[in-house]
Amino acid sequence: MDHLDQLEAQSVFILREAYRKLRPLAMLWSLGKDSNVMVWLAKKAFLGRVPFPVMHVDTGKKFPEMYAFRDEYVKKWDLDLLLGTCPPVEDMDPSLPPAARSAARKTAGLAAMIEQHKLQGVIAGIRRDEQGTRAKERVFSPRGASHKWDIRNQPPEFWDQYATPHEEGMHIRVHPLLSWREIDIWRYIEREGIPLVDLYFAKNGKRYRSLGDQDITNPVESNASTVAEVIAELETTRTSERAGRAMDHESEDAFERLRVAGYL
Amino acid sequence: MSDTLPPSLTQSQDPATPIVIVGHVDHGKSTLIGRLLHDTDNLQDGKVAQIIESSKKRGLKIEWSFLLDSLQIERDQGVTVDSTRIPFLLGSREYVIVDAPGHRQFLRNMITGAADAEAAVLVVDAAEGAREQTRRHAMLLHLIGIRHVLVLLNKVDLLDFDQAKVAAVEQSVADLLKKLDLEAALFIPASARDGDNIASRSERMPWYTGPTLTEALAQVPSPASRAELPLRLPVQDVYRFDDKRYVAGRIERGRVRVGDTVIIGTQKTPAKIASIASWHAAPQISAAAGQSVAVTLEPDVIPDRGDLLHKAETAPMAASRIRARLFWLRQEPLRVGESFHLRLATAEHAVTVTSIESVVNLDDLTEYAGEEVPAEGFAEITLSAAETILFDPFVPGTADGRGVLVDRQQRIVGGAPLLGPASIAAGEKVIHPTGSEVTQQDRARAKGHRGGVFWLTGLSGSGKSTLARATEVALFAEGVDVTVLDGDTLRAGLCKDLGFSEADRTENVRRAAEVARILRDSGQVVLVALISPLLSDRALARQILGEDFAEIFVDADLATCEQRDPKGLYAAARSGKISGFTGIDAPYEPPLNPALHLKTSAGSVESETKTLASFITKSVTLSGAFKARS
Repeated sequence: MDHLDQLEAQSVFILREAYRKLRPLAMLWSLGKDSNVMVWLAKKAFLGRVPFPVMHVDTGKKFPEMYAFRDEYVKKWDLDLLLGTCPPVEDMDPSLPPAARSAARKTAGLAAMIEQHKLQGVIAGIRRDEQGTRAKERVFSPRGASHKWDIRNQPPEFWDQYATPHEEGMHIRVHPLLSWREIDIWRYIEREGIPLVDLYFAKNGKRYRSLGDQDITNPVESNASTVAEVIAELETTRTSERAGRAMDHESEDAFERLRVAGYL
Repeated sequence: MSDTLPPSLTQSQDPATPIVIVGHVDHGKSTLIGRLLHDTDNLQDGKVAQIIESSKKRGLKIEWSFLLDSLQIERDQGVTVDSTRIPFLLGSREYVIVDAPGHRQFLRNMITGAADAEAAVLVVDAAEGAREQTRRHAMLLHLIGIRHVLVLLNKVDLLDFDQAKVAAVEQSVADLLKKLDLEAALFIPASARDGDNIASRSERMPWYTGPTLTEALAQVPSPASRAELPLRLPVQDVYRFDDKRYVAGRIERGRVRVGDTVIIGTQKTPAKIASIASWHAAPQISAAAGQSVAVTLEPDVIPDRGDLLHKAETAPMAASRIRARLFWLRQEPLRVGESFHLRLATAEHAVTVTSIESVVNLDDLTEYAGEEVPAEGFAEITLSAAETILFDPFVPGTADGRGVLVDRQQRIVGGAPLLGPASIAAGEKVIHPTGSEVTQQDRARAKGHRGGVFWLTGLSGSGKSTLARATEVALFAEGVDVTVLDGDTLRAGLCKDLGFSEADRTENVRRAAEVARILRDSGQVVLVALISPLLSDRALARQILGEDFAEIFVDADLATCEQRDPKGLYAAARSGKISGFTGIDAPYEPPLNPALHLKTSAGSVESETKTLASFITKSVTLSGAFKARS
């Protein structure tokens, strides 16, 4: 088994564990590269099907290409799609810096969907290598009734034994891609031929390395217009993946505050 | 994390090697990692400038640990709160560095990081030597079976790089490890802050000729393949898709091939592997350890989750009493008689701790015979089940014998590497208590409230029974399933063999607590009305009942009680007809920190009943519709 085989086998194990232990269960599908890999891994785990709904928490501010991608692949992949909306930015904590405040809308939209569908498990595609606070996450990360992430009181997680909800109102965030790195995602996309939104590939010297809302995501300088070229670029780059995400750079703790409140 | 660089072109496609960094708080773990990433060019542009800025803001020169301690509380308090994993490249080999916090209350975070590590770097402050957490971490490395241990003797600048002084510390750490059957692969004298012997050879210690830390990491052996060992495929789930049944699971060791005959679990049913199914992959006729597979069986038998698929000639052990090591993660001690579920790969068995063989004294790593395992302690125990458990004894580097204990709310409370079947000593009381398969959540959902014990203590005549009975009526009217265990009522039946000596009174409390536990665990709200005058007796009750136990102090002064004297007992005690009567010639020790304090000298029964009833309702009511499935 090579490195990608090992990551794939571990993610399949995690997805099967979630499907067995957490019902109702749903997977977040943000339409980005990582969540497409996650849908793909679910099809690997369940022999070509995704036996639970996928959720798109729609901020209404995604790129038109992303909505087109969603409408195409919801049919091609035979997905059971749940759509959620987000409250206006005026309803969010005004003490957050502007981009983080905008991103907080997604937290509120997600919380509403979890409550509406009484979800016990939410599968999300975050990775440890994206951001310092995500590096401290669990594969099965319990959230209390307020959806808050209690960093100081995370459960032990070892030998592939994971936490399950033990109080009313709790749910578990399941992170099957936690151990993957950005380059693993791209190499797996290349190996498996997983479709992606075109925005990841360079046009006129720029491409998106990470996709969020239109108003808080910036493209990076790049001439990589194929998966292979993106991989070659990543092998030499010295900047971070989320460099184009405005909310990560507003203040030292902006992202941590978002995550503690229930952001992904 | 985002702070480290993606791997270069030359990176091999082998799985990464996890290395855990452990050691006492302030011995320099995070600094070491920061320095290591920097000196080996594993940091992104601008990161160092950012660290300097964050350090300045807190009045520090340059704090390498900020690379990993990304949380605000970690930076402000200068401690690592939770383990972090950082991918790291050394030449063409990839590692994952696991930074585990040193604080003892964070043992659960350390085990989270360390359990899968291939090797460990134990950081010891050369000036301080091994400390309490050094011993605790070494103990854990021993228990989880990490055999490749590198000891980094840090801060040797504080010893003026003196060879003799360093050798003395090395000897003391080696002695410590020896007690745990651990042998360090290497001792490296270093200064992480200045980079001595981290990625480059120190010029200040010409006497040291061994490898630097990076050279030592390059020599860490790669994980051994488990594909050639006998087959173990624990069933994770069984799916039925398009009229076909698939048995899903990860192969923990060995191989499966189409056509192989395997044995399924304790029922010992044989079946043939008919196919190995997959999606978007080349057809497979065989699969090996590490792979997550879905197989079809011929005949189409239906295994359960937890069943172990193995070959007939290489069966695992079978026993219902198993000896195990234990690292205990709960904040309350473990006591004999407690029941748990033992998770073993995908299986789950109801077990009871029927004995504690020995407990580790962490001051000197000796073992002693103990009645309980303290919070975050280490021990050797016996687990008993009502059924036969198939298992393999714990072997480091494999999934064999990786027992994990979960409590009745499915929370992970301990790790239990299984040692082997427990032999039955002559004259030993062999019991196999069984735990209920109906969960607390199921019961709570059915009743609309949780179970709980409310222990009313106070002088005779303070109003315990009156209050308990009135509250029982009030709660019952609200639909609460409630029971009263009253002292005199118990003494009329269950405890009629007991007198009023101190030993008998303690036994009376113990029986009341055990009965209350059974009732509480069946989902009832239990009001215990018992003088229970001694702090130690009530501590015993709390020990038996654990969580969901509330001490209620029914407090009336002695004069009021004596004046009420509803049973004429104070008069009898004063006239010497009875002796050892609480308050007269036996002590009453009031609770130090009761959950509720009811002053009944003046208050009316109605108002105190209301207070107690609403306290209980609040404690046991469910908020929101909770639906669990496990």
